Amino acid sequence: MNSETRRWLLWIILIALLLLFQLLGTKNNWFLAYPKGWEVPFSTVLNHAMNWVVEWFGWFFRGLADIFSIPVSWVQQFLQWLPWPVVIAVTAVISWAASGWRLALFSTLALFYMVVVGYWSESMNSLSLVIISVPLAITTGFVFGVWGFRSEQAEKVIVPMLDMLQTIPAFAYLLPILLLFGFGPVVGLIASVLFAFPPMVRNTMLGLRRVPIEIVESGLMSGATPRQLFWQVRIPSASRQMLLGANQTTMAAVSMVIIAAVIGGTADIGWEVLLHVRRAGFGESILAGIVIAFLAMVIDRITYGFVGKESQLPDEEVGYFHRYRYLILGSATALIVFLLANFIPALREWPQSLEVYPADTMNEWLESFVLSWSGIIGTFKSISFFYIMLPVREGLINTISPYSWGFEFTSPLRIGYGVAVILLAGWFAYKRRINLALTILFMGVLLFFGLTKLSWLILLLMASLLGYQLGGIKLGIGTLLALLTLATAGVWTEAMLSIYLCSIAVMISFLVGGLIGVIASEVAVVSKIVRPINDTLQTMPLFVILIPFVMIFKIGEFSALLAIIAYAIVPSIRYTEHGLRSVPSDVIEAGTSMGCTRWQLLTQVKLPLALPVIMLGLNQTIMYAIAMLVIAALVGTNGLGQQVYIGLSDGDFGVGIVAGLGMAFIAMIADRFTQAWNEKRQAVYS
Amino acid sequence: MNSPVKLSCQNLWKIYGVEPDSFFSQANGKVQDSAGHAVKIRDTGHIVACGDVSFDVHVGEIFVIMGLSGSGKSTVVRCLSRLVEPTAGEVLLDGEDLLKKSASELIDIRRHKMGMVFQSFGLMPHLSVMDNIAFPLKLQGMSVPDRRDRAQRVIDLVGLTGREKSYPRQLSGGQQQRVGIARSLAVEPDIWFLDEPFSALDPLIRREMQNEFLSIQNQLQKSIVFITHDFLEALRIADRMMIMRDGQIVQIGTPADLIVNPADDYVADFTNDVPVTRVLTARSIVSTLEDPNQGTDLPKVEEQCCLEDLLPVLAESSGARVCEADGTVLGIVTADNVIRALARETASNEL
Ligand SMILES: Nc1ncnc2c1ncn2[C@@H]1O[C@H](COP(=O)(O)OP(=O)(O)O)[C@@H](O)[C@H]1O
Ligand SMILES: [Mg+2]
Repeated sequence: MNSETRRWLLWIILIALLLLFQLLGTKNNWFLAYPKGWEVPFSTVLNHAMNWVVEWFGWFFRGLADIFSIPVSWVQQFLQWLPWPVVIAVTAVISWAASGWRLALFSTLALFYMVVVGYWSESMNSLSLVIISVPLAITTGFVFGVWGFRSEQAEKVIVPMLDMLQTIPAFAYLLPILLLFGFGPVVGLIASVLFAFPPMVRNTMLGLRRVPIEIVESGLMSGATPRQLFWQVRIPSASRQMLLGANQTTMAAVSMVIIAAVIGGTADIGWEVLLHVRRAGFGESILAGIVIAFLAMVIDRITYGFVGKESQLPDEEVGYFHRYRYLILGSATALIVFLLANFIPALREWPQSLEVYPADTMNEWLESFVLSWSGIIGTFKSISFFYIMLPVREGLINTISPYSWGFEFTSPLRIGYGVAVILLAGWFAYKRRINLALTILFMGVLLFFGLTKLSWLILLLMASLLGYQLGGIKLGIGTLLALLTLATAGVWTEAMLSIYLCSIAVMISFLVGGLIGVIASEVAVVSKIVRPINDTLQTMPLFVILIPFVMIFKIGEFSALLAIIAYAIVPSIRYTEHGLRSVPSDVIEAGTSMGCTRWQLLTQVKLPLALPVIMLGLNQTIMYAIAMLVIAALVGTNGLGQQVYIGLSDGDFGVGIVAGLGMAFIAMIADRFTQAWNEKRQAVYS
Repeated sequence: MNSPVKLSCQNLWKIYGVEPDSFFSQANGKVQDSAGHAVKIRDTGHIVACGDVSFDVHVGEIFVIMGLSGSGKSTVVRCLSRLVEPTAGEVLLDGEDLLKKSASELIDIRRHKMGMVFQSFGLMPHLSVMDNIAFPLKLQGMSVPDRRDRAQRVIDLVGLTGREKSYPRQLSGGQQQRVGIARSLAVEPDIWFLDEPFSALDPLIRREMQNEFLSIQNQLQKSIVFITHDFLEALRIADRMMIMRDGQIVQIGTPADLIVNPADDYVADFTNDVPVTRVLTARSIVSTLEDPNQGTDLPKVEEQCCLEDLLPVLAESSGARVCEADGTVLGIVTADNVIRALARETASNEL
């Protein structure tokens, strides 16, 4: 018996065991549901540990918090004190310096919107946190990046730490910080620094490492001392990559500052959105959500503008004025506007009578919209619910009923279902598509009983086996340990609920997104339309994406699903289009000259060649879905995300952190699996 | 070559691998049987990037290192400039051991005595042409006007006048390499390393750059180590050349020596495609005078005149007198000499 056959046999045995367990087991069997008695009270232990830390070192962290809160409140007060046109003028000049008059115009309008809607002071509170946290995050990231570049040992510690920090869901950060530093804006600050500095580290290391050896050597031969070599050769040559990192760090900081609003106590724009989302105030939350979106877009475009800018060091020959033109222009405008504001009160403070706040109108409009479309909305929701979500979660056996599907799941039907699955799998096995056949068998069992009802023991074994086969013994054992931790921590059910929601979202995102990506790669117009939408979705803080879905489909799992799809679909579209477009043109020409039709060219040439990139898109889609899952907990889901959120709102560190780590584990497993699979596929080619 | 030795490299070794130092009991790299030693080292899984390489570069000489890619040319030149530390051996610059210099002394030497040009240019992407060329001077702490002056001079020398404010990405490959050349000359080095400087360029541009390189060298008279994998390029440029294979020297000599007396098939393989008439010089086929007054009526040709140029002269007269640059007569050549040399060449090619 060769190893291939042995592998298949192993899977067949596991699937058969699963089926056996499902048929024999009753609810309380140890092999179906993880027994309560076997659980280890991780969260209690963690809570005790945290209490101990707070008791002994609390003074230290509170002290830090006090120190940090000083500059925050300074900046806050300063921004509040500045007349709004001054802020707009300065932002406009910065935008102009970064990328030209178009951006200056956009920034002006975007900021003016905040004034007119009456969210100026909230926006400035959020902005001041960003202003303080971004330099901190960038400096931290830079220092770690340089350290990791200099020392391989440091890198070995830093990279896994970054992986961890980037997969732990955003909410989970907040709780320990809250407990250590106490309430206040500093929590948002620290959380955003921690959440935002990893991309800077990665890009700094990458940039420094990618400096071509010949540039370094030519620096050496020019007689550079080690210090000169670093600051005048390596750093400038790596600057573009590092600026890209700075841009990503800034965006992460913005997004975390907004998310941090859930702990409350800050009169910022994130809080405003959250408040209205919870009250289901559509108009209000959209109006405030747009502020966040604008804030994020302006900051993104400005920082990105500086990345794309040709690096022009001040030329010694140009005049003083030309060299400092933006600085001079900025200060002059600011000063003039400031003086004007002393005479014109509307420039100091926008009069309330001039505020435009059409929330009520929007709410009425939404109501009539929902009312007139209620039939379609309802059908859409219930079809998705009964035919997709419920079967995956609870299984056909618990879903099919006269009420939901219109008929009873009678024994003949069940047998028919079983026979159909076996026939289908057998057909593919006959066609030598063994992996597909095995997948069909497994899916058949899963759909029949429901993911949350499947035996934890077999699932755990299956995942570990899959890990082993994809990535070797290390991945196998890692998966086993991670999943065992989930089970012993007593969050297996929650984990399955998270996985269920995530995998449906990922599957739909990947299929629909891939399709859109394919079309976009073939049709230029579609590409042109899709790109700005993607850009916007990607810079949009996760909160805001929730709003429209919640308003139309109400709070619940379905809205969460749609929100996750809306966010996670972006990388699928992007990577598919990019992968297809970057297939080398000589291969395409070769295909064309052999007489491929456009369809053949796509399916036989481009798609196979683009597959590695597309799979990278799948990987990113999974990561995005998991990130959004936590935020979606705000509108009612039942998985780990909800646990994190509960831990946060109850101040229960143990519960929150266990669930947060659980999500990080799942994210890491999914990440390693897709990567390992991709590597395996590529190894076949080369 | 009569001029003094500028740079001398003795028994130079560079081993890559786990334990490169374990193979040498003494640091000067002298071993009995270097080929055998290299085999021994390779057998342990180490890479001999450069094995027992010795040669001298004289003042004003262009010394070319030639070999297929991977034969260790770059390693040698990087050892000479100490961009990589040799495993064993000696490098003497003006008689002083370069390998014993401290880090700060080395920086000083690089700032004043060495220049290097790289195959892929190695320009700083964020600096303009002017700033790139003035970069080594800036590192030395030279004042702005001084370094602009100095940089402007080399910019004019390499023919980049007018492009001072461009950035490297706005230049063609040939122009970028001009910047690289100018930068390496800005510090007014004595010894000039060029590692395949023209290999990344189109053939036409390459030829033009070779000419300009020669004319620059005519003005400046630097001592040069020039690397190439192109035999024709080596021929045009070299005073003497060294052929390398697998990190070791195969042969050192003037271009004509190599063609007339290739050490082995490896060298002969390079020389085969070269038109002999372009390579053989009057000097290499000259017969010595039987008596000092012989052939005083014959026209004079210079010793490095190649057969291609000699043939029309011989068509007009029965022979020619071969002279050195200072006018000393070396001997005479006749159509006979040419025919015999060509016959020898054809025979050796057919083997
Ligand atoms: N840093 C290094 N580590 C290991 N091997 C190297 C290193 N640098 C060069 N080599 C090896 O040394 C040999 C000579 O390389 P090199 O000097 O670059 O050749 P050339 O310049 O003639 O093409 C090659 O076999 C190369 O693989
Ligand atoms: Mg080389």
